[in-house]
Amino acid sequence: MSRELARRETVSAYLFLLPSLIFFVGFVVIPMLICIGYSFTNANMNSKTVATTFVALQNFVDLWKDETFLLALKNTFLIVLVSVPTVCLFSLWVGSAIYNLKGPVLSAFRCIFYLPVVTGSVAVTVVWKWMYDNYTGILNYVLKGAGLIDKNINFLGDERFALWCIILILFTTSVGQPIVLYVSALGNVDHSLVEAAKVDGATDIQVFWRIKWPQMMPTTLYILVITTINSFQCFALIQLLTQGGSGTNTVMYYIYVTAFKMTEQQGHFGYANAMGVVLAIFIGILSAVQFRLAKEK
Amino acid sequence: MNSGVRRTTPYRVASIIILVILALLFLFPLYWIVTGSLKPVTEILNPTPSFFPKEFTLNNFDRLFSKRTAPLWELAVPFSSQFSADHKPIFFSVGPTVPAAFRWLINTVFMAVAAMILTCITASMAGYALAKKRFRGRGLLFSLIVCAMALPKQVILIPLIKEISALHMWDNLWAVIVPTVGWPFGVFLMKQFSEGIPGEILEAARIDGASEAKTFTTVVLPMVQPGIGALAIFTFINSWNDYFLQLIMLGSGSNYTISLGIATLQSETSIDLGILMAGAALAAAPIIIVFLIFQKYFTQGITMGAVKG
Amino acid sequence: MKLRKTLAMLLATTMVVGLAACGSKPSEPVSSTPAAPPAASTPAASTPAAPADNVADSITVWVYPVGGWGDEAKVKPLIDKFTADTGIKVNMEWLAYADGDDKVNSALTGDNAPDVIMEGPERLVANWGVNGHMVDLSDMIDATDRQEILPAALEAGTSADGKVYLYPMFNVAHCMAVNYTAVKEAGAEANIDLETRTWTVEQFDATVKALHDKFGGTVAAVYCAGQGGDQGTRELIRNRYGTKLTNAEHTAYTWNTPEVINALTDLKNMPGIEFDASLAGGDEIAKFYQGVLKMAFCWNAAQQLDPNSAGTGEGKTLTGDEIVYMCFPTQEGKQPEEGSGVWGLGAFDTGDDARIAAAKQFIKYMCDSENCAQAGDISNFFSCRSMAEGVEIKSSNPLLVEYYSKMMPYMGEYYQITKGWAGARTEWWNMLQRVGAGDDIAETVAKYEANANAAAAG
Repeated sequence: MSRELARRETVSAYLFLLPSLIFFVGFVVIPMLICIGYSFTNANMNSKTVATTFVALQNFVDLWKDETFLLALKNTFLIVLVSVPTVCLFSLWVGSAIYNLKGPVLSAFRCIFYLPVVTGSVAVTVVWKWMYDNYTGILNYVLKGAGLIDKNINFLGDERFALWCIILILFTTSVGQPIVLYVSALGNVDHSLVEAAKVDGATDIQVFWRIKWPQMMPTTLYILVITTINSFQCFALIQLLTQGGSGTNTVMYYIYVTAFKMTEQQGHFGYANAMGVVLAIFIGILSAVQFRLAKEK
Repeated sequence: MNSGVRRTTPYRVASIIILVILALLFLFPLYWIVTGSLKPVTEILNPTPSFFPKEFTLNNFDRLFSKRTAPLWELAVPFSSQFSADHKPIFFSVGPTVPAAFRWLINTVFMAVAAMILTCITASMAGYALAKKRFRGRGLLFSLIVCAMALPKQVILIPLIKEISALHMWDNLWAVIVPTVGWPFGVFLMKQFSEGIPGEILEAARIDGASEAKTFTTVVLPMVQPGIGALAIFTFINSWNDYFLQLIMLGSGSNYTISLGIATLQSETSIDLGILMAGAALAAAPIIIVFLIFQKYFTQGITMGAVKG
Repeated sequence: MKLRKTLAMLLATTMVVGLAACGSKPSEPVSSTPAAPPAASTPAASTPAAPADNVADSITVWVYPVGGWGDEAKVKPLIDKFTADTGIKVNMEWLAYADGDDKVNSALTGDNAPDVIMEGPERLVANWGVNGHMVDLSDMIDATDRQEILPAALEAGTSADGKVYLYPMFNVAHCMAVNYTAVKEAGAEANIDLETRTWTVEQFDATVKALHDKFGGTVAAVYCAGQGGDQGTRELIRNRYGTKLTNAEHTAYTWNTPEVINALTDLKNMPGIEFDASLAGGDEIAKFYQGVLKMAFCWNAAQQLDPNSAGTGEGKTLTGDEIVYMCFPTQEGKQPEEGSGVWGLGAFDTGDDARIAAAKQFIKYMCDSENCAQAGDISNFFSCRSMAEGVEIKSSNPLLVEYYSKMMPYMGEYYQITKGWAGARTEWWNMLQRVGAGDDIAETVAKYEANANAAAAG
């Protein structure tokens, strides 16, 4: 009987999962498997003239000798490691500063911080490119007018600045949702606990970290997850602003470049896919760590 | 909201001032797009920027609209590209020729709405099953979903193009929609949500003799509704902004989305900021207007999603 | 409750629309089917001509924005005429240089290539041609054609094994330009010889210095944000001490020479010249056009005719300053070599004979018929042939004629068909970025040349 029940449960579960699995397996899992397969070959776009052969781990060996790739890997993690904590802290601060404001003021602030998200990455990029411009950009104009600099800064052309400029845009388009989330999480904190703590003489800061912060853990975890995802989606910014130059290359962009811009290099598909596999492994580890931490809390 | 005593401390005053400044900075790019699109080219290109347009003109929009044209719609026989001789769709109705930007907007809305609805349906079903059913392979599937969630699409770029092309879906909005739906974040979100459904209610429905489908539609769906709202918003914005998939999957101008269209207007020898700003304004305007109108639902949807999850 | 109802409604509508459009193109989302009866609404039902049985009735043509061919309004009449004459419908798509290659390559990856493409030999021959993606067009070129087409252009369109992958349409010499009004204000007009349009390195340096003293800031930018317009920086650097960047057989890169290293060192140390990794060729032109930069290295006849495609008149910047085109500066007594630009049409091997036949018909119509003149006029460049099917092809624009007489004699060889070009040009702009960032010039040049040669070998 119970075995029969378990069987029925499994069948119904898979029926519910079926529509989603068609898309997930069809357009994420299968391509990923093909990607892994390709990464051991010298597959090429020009398969009409060059035969595809198995090269074992050659692509991966080459990767560790490829300076461009290593720099891209470093940049990718720099972006994630910088933008995730700053987005979380900034939105926590904004959230705590605005959550008890009056209704219309609160929603005005929420709206404003959310606007860059809905504006769309291409539109945002187009205008930032103009603002960062070395010759006619408003940023240089303002900084110069304020006497902070005396020579125009080549924001996107100087490797000391370019990556940070991209992180800044990524930041403005990432904080909207976390702020909204924190505002409501703070609004939903159990007030009886807060009152009780205050009666016991706790300071505001103590109340925040001891009472409110633990209650917001689920929200924080959710924010960590979406911000991490967001940080890996910075392709449009790089493609439209620097094309990977000025030290802004990322693995995501380098895969694309290798696949579609360096078409004469033999085995470029295999090489690009090997990069994909390496990136996927790193992201898998990152996700595992994130969720292990989440479980412990 | 009775947040207790509200005191005016120097910290509060300072933080409000900083917030106002930050808010202005956040608004500035948008302001710059809107005013930029209304400035004459000479003013846009002037090395000394003018914070407020000295002269208003619609000339940028004029040039944007005259640059490319496309039919307003093209209705095709379903699945016709699968069996037509050259694998191109067979149209039974083609709209009047209009500035391509309008067609791009329609394409974008269609793409985002279709991706949103499909994701909501598939993810709410899958999320429920993952949260409330015990079955073999559950743990493995969930780990797979978690790992795939943060995976950038560039990783599967080449196989995906080959697969979509083999299905004769390349250069077609469905080529963008389908991988978006396959992205497992929605399933994860809906699973977190469905965890909150009390087991007793499901048990009660089963004892009442309700079928699985009936239990899902009458018991589960109403309970996870806020989550669906959050997911709908998230998916809509994400697919609207997914420049990368659009870039690699769409080949012909009449199938472009608005983001892709604007990006393509930048060419080697004419970087016309006027047209670009007009395009950016046009791309941003609809979604911002929708957002401002439904602002309340937007924020409610998002928050209910996470707080309960 | 209301939300659920709306959701259900939305769902239902989209399902219907979705089904209607499934596996094909999208429809207008909400408003239901238009009143017009199907099929009857197809436009232009009055075409007199119909394609032959073995010729496809529609083709896809992708063009890079080559001169005026990037402007839909200018191109459309000619395309409409083609459709009226042949009955072949043309789906034109315009690519951008910034991501055009990516588009074509992603299409090729999935066997979705267009039928016809317009660009230069470095892509059509050296890249897609030799890698087996293009159709050999040599059967379209007979003895008369060989006499009429500029030999250099035809040679550029032909691969090493004698296959013609590009039917030449027009060519131009890439040169540079100076803001003549600014030069006069700086009192340096003596350096500029309006008659010959050539100058020496000393005259160029003096002009840069005068402009820098007068206006400060950046006089000219060695732009290196990407490959866009990279011929300008290449010609500037290689002309300075007179060298070539590839070997004569076009099989290897030879830019690791004292000439190149010295030229880079000179430019790097010259006040007023900046290596700018935020600009590509197109941005540089825009800045020059705004009057910000006083010199542009990414120039040609189409730019001179309509600077920045802005429609502000021939040879004028936004502020009305006079633009003068010049050769790249050389050492005293050395003849300049301007960058060679050749463009034409090629056909992708789609494996479908009917489509290839239609593509060839299109190429014939544009490159070898009386329409050749119109096609050339659209581009603002010079037609690659003197005669086509008994009709004389010649430009009527006086500025073009003058440009032709002054610049074309200096047109250099077309070396962009060297093996591994797509990789090599990436190495070039990356090298410039490194030099701009202050790396050791000799080491950087050696390293990036080695990378380029690795691309050529692989």
